[in-house]
Amino acid sequence: MVQINGESIDAAGKNLRTYLEESGYVIEGIAVERNEIIVPKEKYGETTLSDGDIVEIVSFVGGGEESDTFKLGGKIFNSRFILGSGKYSMELIKAAVENAGAEIITLAVRRTNTKKNENILDYIPDSVTLLPNTSGARDAKEAVRIARMSRELGCGDFVKIEIMRDSKYLLPDNAETVKATEMLANEGFVVLPYMYPDLYAARDLVNAGAAAVMPLASPIGSNKGLATKEFIQILIDEIDLPVIVDAGIGKPSQACEAMEMGAAAIMANTAIATAGNIPVMAAAFKSAIEAGRSAYLAGLGRVLERGASASDPLTGFLRD
Amino acid sequence: MAQNQFFIDSDKLSVAALEHKHLLESDPSARTDHMKYIEGMETISSDIMDKVLSTVKLYEYEKYTTADVQRALDSQTCSIEDFQALLSPAALPFLEQMAQKAKSETSKHFGNTVYMFTPLYIANYCENYCIYCGFNCYNDINRKKLNMPEIEHEMKVIADSGIEEILLLTGESRKMSDIKYIGEACKMASRYFRNVGLEIYPVNSDEYKYLHECGADYITVFQETYDADKYETLHLLGHKRVFPYRFEAQERAIMGGMRGVACSALLGLADFRKDALATALHVYYLQRKYPHIEYSLSCPRLRPIINNEKINPLDVHEKELCQVLCAYRIFLPYVGITVSSREQKHFRDGIVKIAATKVSAGVSTGIGDHESKYSGCKDEDAGDEQFEISDERSFNDMYADITSEGLQPVLNDYVYV
Repeated sequence: MVQINGESIDAAGKNLRTYLEESGYVIEGIAVERNEIIVPKEKYGETTLSDGDIVEIVSFVGGGEESDTFKLGGKIFNSRFILGSGKYSMELIKAAVENAGAEIITLAVRRTNTKKNENILDYIPDSVTLLPNTSGARDAKEAVRIARMSRELGCGDFVKIEIMRDSKYLLPDNAETVKATEMLANEGFVVLPYMYPDLYAARDLVNAGAAAVMPLASPIGSNKGLATKEFIQILIDEIDLPVIVDAGIGKPSQACEAMEMGAAAIMANTAIATAGNIPVMAAAFKSAIEAGRSAYLAGLGRVLERGASASDPLTGFLRD
Repeated sequence: MAQNQFFIDSDKLSVAALEHKHLLESDPSARTDHMKYIEGMETISSDIMDKVLSTVKLYEYEKYTTADVQRALDSQTCSIEDFQALLSPAALPFLEQMAQKAKSETSKHFGNTVYMFTPLYIANYCENYCIYCGFNCYNDINRKKLNMPEIEHEMKVIADSGIEEILLLTGESRKMSDIKYIGEACKMASRYFRNVGLEIYPVNSDEYKYLHECGADYITVFQETYDADKYETLHLLGHKRVFPYRFEAQERAIMGGMRGVACSALLGLADFRKDALATALHVYYLQRKYPHIEYSLSCPRLRPIINNEKINPLDVHEKELCQVLCAYRIFLPYVGITVSSREQKHFRDGIVKIAATKVSAGVSTGIGDHESKYSGCKDEDAGDEQFEISDERSFNDMYADITSEGLQPVLNDYVYV
């Protein structure tokens, strides 16, 4: 007898693949464990079930403890909130990180030292992944230089590309960003490019080796929300990489809406740094992002169309 | 479930030929490996076939419920999961709602235009034994290959009728209809028509490039069925037997510079819901990889052929066909959908109001018989037809009918660049 999913089954001596097929399992959708060891799919055909075997056959179902994580550059993150580190007083950073539940924090390379004896890194918990940005770069070459320096500073392989050639609006230069992405991806960086939400540029970034794309919601630091909503939705629909909405998100409700649309994560800084109570706002963002993600996974309910058309039946012509 | 009886013996075949035919039909081991490329076939690096086939393999349409269908109809964008619900049996009672939604999508993307074209078969020689096709190499039919003056004559007759877009077709014989011959036909066609499409045997990307330079701008390749195991039992002999080479034809054509590609399954050969899913996913993944290309879908159903009047599309009735077309439109609102003269007048008149954006007119699937068909006299010398058509309307009749439905027939809106 073989114990299969807790039942005694007369399958000893049987080929595993044959058993699975005869029992109606869809091979592609299951995982098989035999005596606590996973049997790889390609080995099903050469595995014979023996008397006393304990076999578990599993597949995904709704619910359970299935975790919703997202992956960047081979690392797995539970939090979908990327926190910026500008505009804070140092002592508030720690509280913001903790209340936001953030696992990634961005840093500007120029800002690593404010005073001789004070380093922003001292205020960031060790478990947090550092995402240095290239702010200050005006073209691809400068961005590459800053990225290399940040790696030298011990920030790891992650880099967020920010290239601005306009100091008034600080809009990203997509063309230079594509160039920098390609160069840095070739050097083994995990490249997260900040961009204006343009489909062609996003495709070029995919081809250049980006790990995600980070379209702006509205001008950086403006707290004006999802001004580019339609275009971000296009990127979410068409781009196979995670889409992280960056810049301009001013309130938790806007972060929530972006998550409902299917964004992989939210990056915010000014909204929290300029809030009345920084730690409380960080926690509010955390809740909003989680709510938006859950809503996306749940599948949004219908929107009633107004004035439904009362046209004649369209399918009356069908025969046989 | 009912099955078609495809095997027909001709008394004109030699004893040896008959013996080989029967061996192929009855003994799978006598047939070649359909997943293996034949020498000379270009292999490309692509993950599209794996993506399509693995999704289709997991598709269990019986599990979808009314609630799934309702959700799919209510959602703003149609996901693959929604599309699977719309193709399921649970969606059939929602056909009218699907049609309403499809119509709204069609008009968003295409307004009220309907494109018109005609196919021109220039040769019906074929080296394949595809058991459901009238051109198959064992079928006893009049074979013909038009020479250049004959092709020109056909094109003149068609162009005079008013048609501006042509689809050139051959049987699948590289020997009898080589690339050079097809290329010359393309050059000729581009003198008489403003848009030239090809529906020929799949070729390598450099050959597509050559045909593009000769004037062809889009290609149609029907996969027939995306069920590789079933495919093997239907295509017993010839180059067409190689499943992956056919699957990758559109990608090679794109690499060769073609501007548009069309995909299709022949509904009625295998499980039509799975084939419809595969066809749409084929386009979906191609579009994601090559977003600059124009895509279209067809939806042919099996038809009777010469020497086998009984072939029929089994469980794919008009309702199911309509369901597939509405689901295609909702899932892929931007693609062209062609409905050929395999379908009857009432169906084509109805479906252009819902989902179809292109119809054929003045159709013959025979070889060199346009003048006789257009003028109504019989031509004894013509090559036989690939299948029987169901809508014999002329270009003028079709044009008038489309107009009277409140739609705008478009002969061509193409700029050749």
